[in-house]
Amino acid sequence: MKFKRKDVLGLEDLTVEEINLILDTAEPMKEIMTRDIKKVPTLRGRSVITLFYEPSTRTRSSFELAAKYLGADTSSIAIATSSVQKGESLRDTAKTLEAMAADVIIIRHSAAGAPHLLARWVSARVINAGDGAHEHPTQALLDMFTIREKKGGFQGLKVAILGDITHSRVARSNIWGLTKMGAEVRVVGPATLIPPDIERLGVKVYYDWEEGLKDVDVINVLRIQLERQKKGLFPSIREYTKLYGLDQQKLQVAKPDVLVLHPGPVNRGIEISPDVQDGPHAAINEQVTNGVAVRMALLYLLMTGGEKDEISA
Amino acid sequence: MKYLLKEGIVVDPKANSAKKLDVLIEGSKITAVAKNLDCSGLEVLHLEGCYVFPGFVDMHCHLREPGEELKETILTGSRAAVKGGFTAVASMGNTKPPADSSAVISLIKEKARQASFPVYPVGCATKGMAGLEPSEIGELVEAGAVAISDDGNSIMNGEVLRRVLEYGQMFDIPIISHCEDTNLSGNGVMNEGFYSTLLGLQGIPNAAEEVHVARDMILAGLTGARLHIAHVSTAGSVALIREAKKRGIRVTAEVTPHHLCLTDEAVKTFDTNTKVKPPLRSKEDQEALYEGLRDGTIDAIATDHAPHRRDEKETEYNVAPFGISGLETAVPLVWEHLVERKLLSPVELAQKMALNPARILGLPERVIEAGAEANITVIDPSLKLTVDVSEFVSLGKNSPFDGWVLRGWPVMTIVSGEIKYSRQLQKI
Amino acid sequence: MSPREKVQIMDQEGIRRALTRIAHEILEKNAGTEDLVLIGIRRRGVPLASRLSEKIKEIEGTSIPLGILDITLYRDDLSQLDYHPLVRKTEVPFSITGKKVVLVDDVLYTGRTVRAAMDALMDLGRPKLIQLAVLIDRGHRELPIRADFVGKNVPTSRKEQINVSLVEIDGEDKVTIVEKDT
Repeated sequence: MKFKRKDVLGLEDLTVEEINLILDTAEPMKEIMTRDIKKVPTLRGRSVITLFYEPSTRTRSSFELAAKYLGADTSSIAIATSSVQKGESLRDTAKTLEAMAADVIIIRHSAAGAPHLLARWVSARVINAGDGAHEHPTQALLDMFTIREKKGGFQGLKVAILGDITHSRVARSNIWGLTKMGAEVRVVGPATLIPPDIERLGVKVYYDWEEGLKDVDVINVLRIQLERQKKGLFPSIREYTKLYGLDQQKLQVAKPDVLVLHPGPVNRGIEISPDVQDGPHAAINEQVTNGVAVRMALLYLLMTGGEKDEISA
Repeated sequence: MKYLLKEGIVVDPKANSAKKLDVLIEGSKITAVAKNLDCSGLEVLHLEGCYVFPGFVDMHCHLREPGEELKETILTGSRAAVKGGFTAVASMGNTKPPADSSAVISLIKEKARQASFPVYPVGCATKGMAGLEPSEIGELVEAGAVAISDDGNSIMNGEVLRRVLEYGQMFDIPIISHCEDTNLSGNGVMNEGFYSTLLGLQGIPNAAEEVHVARDMILAGLTGARLHIAHVSTAGSVALIREAKKRGIRVTAEVTPHHLCLTDEAVKTFDTNTKVKPPLRSKEDQEALYEGLRDGTIDAIATDHAPHRRDEKETEYNVAPFGISGLETAVPLVWEHLVERKLLSPVELAQKMALNPARILGLPERVIEAGAEANITVIDPSLKLTVDVSEFVSLGKNSPFDGWVLRGWPVMTIVSGEIKYSRQLQKI
Repeated sequence: MSPREKVQIMDQEGIRRALTRIAHEILEKNAGTEDLVLIGIRRRGVPLASRLSEKIKEIEGTSIPLGILDITLYRDDLSQLDYHPLVRKTEVPFSITGKKVVLVDDVLYTGRTVRAAMDALMDLGRPKLIQLAVLIDRGHRELPIRADFVGKNVPTSRKEQINVSLVEIDGEDKVTIVEKDT
């Protein structure tokens, strides 16, 4: 199996075979994380730069640890979003990184498409760690890895994505990945937070949680950005929690063995009730572990197997 | 200077005809139009197979001078215009400072004189384009403004627009409206629809335009002013304008080549050259624009030429400025996508790009007949070229059409008898 | 290009006898099964290690721990390959610290696989000692590595290729020499 692409920018581009290869490769990577010495020499001498234009703790640490467990050297550049317009342009930053001879650049940016531009401008490999509300491929891959681990596969699985779909890159990447793998995907949330024509991505839309969560195998709860309330996208946090916060009552309509995911960080008691978050259905901490494994798999697949020059995007 | 345009297909929008004729030009005037004119002793330009159009007018472009001369100047914009087949342009007033004073209007006219190209200034509708108080429209018109507009901005306050229309109608000039409810468009960067959903980019709904199209036409009805709707982009706007025209509102409308040739699907590349206001819309909207052009709801095709610096566009989609450098691709785009596909005849093209824009702006009439001013655009329908932005004479290389293969390029532009552009003679 | 000629150098019985002998040698050299563990290198070292553990159990009556080592991530040629060797799980569900580890593989050739396997082992713990058991030693070492236990020494040229087939993976037991296409 070949993984011949320069960059990983989104699940929209990945084939079923590529997704399977990443998930299969993540399994042995997860084993490495259980060792006392969590390090293999695979990427020794390679450099990985994380370029984060948005604050993030877990995604960034997850990428850095993944790179380090594989033996790569890592360096991080954090740029406050507020200074983007005044500071150095992305184009100039790209030139700088190119001059530093980074092998892989992992970018998070508040602007959709920023990783795609960067990938065109640098010869380094680029991994999208979240671009605006567009895609967050590694989050979706780790969600899928967790689902596969718990449910054995995707075919015929009913997956509900619950919450603010409009502003969610996690939702979009999950929709691409899960529908490709044969799952039935639903989006559940208020009309003001579900973007137009999303049905064309092959999902069903539900405003009513009772219908939307009925008999589902998996519920992926999205983080609600509290500042959306000020823009009038939902009237109050109280009403949001009442209508869309995942609690025991809502969980009852799903399958008895429903799996609950959340990309974190959690607004405790808002989009998910504490008893569900800490309960037996939730796999939120395992998702974090799996995130490192999946990112190790991606780094391994991107950085091995042929000289760069031979690889076409 | 006396010369003969030999055996081109002369398009006459008034007579609704396109016939092979010779055109004799003496000085700044057309002196004869007939078959087989005697050419002895004359300089003869052979135009077999080419269409000879009344000179095209771009009634909507941004030449950026004064203030943003790194994007474009009146000189470079004029050269881009003649290369694009235009014999006159109207330049919008959102310069720095804005064209809300006779001083700025005079400056533009002086720069146009130096460039020896007819650039007709559009004055601002409100002071500083702030949308709060009407500008000194009387003085702007006296200084040479051919229209009034806050294009680039929207006049959000209906009362202010009402007064602009009411006051402006005294001077028999069109008031050009950039229709956008900025509360509804918000921080949107592309059309709201399937592709904004796909890309996670903030959308601008059709309603943001349509709400103001409706409002502005109602106020035009109230005041009796002559309203021109700039860059119509949605099916709903076309329907509203069609209805208003039926009811006798004095309204005209324009559409841009990019809205006719691209849809929001183009944004998928994250190419910031597709970022434009109003945004590229859906396929359904585009079909409605075609229909609007055909049935006369839309009177004109105008470029909304909006040049930007390369580095300004070489950035994140959210951050990049809106606008497309359009002067040098407008004619072949419309030819390839509308004339070749029989959506528009050459005669209708002459109406949309010459006759109607000149009439709306009150410019000398665009006709090819003895005694008329010799403003002529020659198009070679068989000339097939690849768009290459590095060959643009405009300073703005921001075109989403780079690399497109198009037919129907302008090969000669004659302004008041003078050949300003000739592909054959490699003259600009 | 001439058709590839296959010469069988071991059959099922030959493999069985070789493994029986190696099992005895392992026990003799280590004076029994105390602290002894077997670790097979993926892929064909895995069934070989499993067979050796069974033989040791037959002889001594005690079961010894059996592990599986995937050395893909330790290979020194990853950036030169134009394909992705599939990474599989390493399964060593016991501590190897202080243990006598017998690495098991099918063919010893350049020694690079064994080098990678030793590095991988070291990352799992600190064994008391490491020994190497192989079914075939075909020579042409590129690293200073030798086997402690060898089923059969087969002098080969670099043009030749040794194919080991095992029932568990290939459906039959045999070892053949093939002339490589060039």
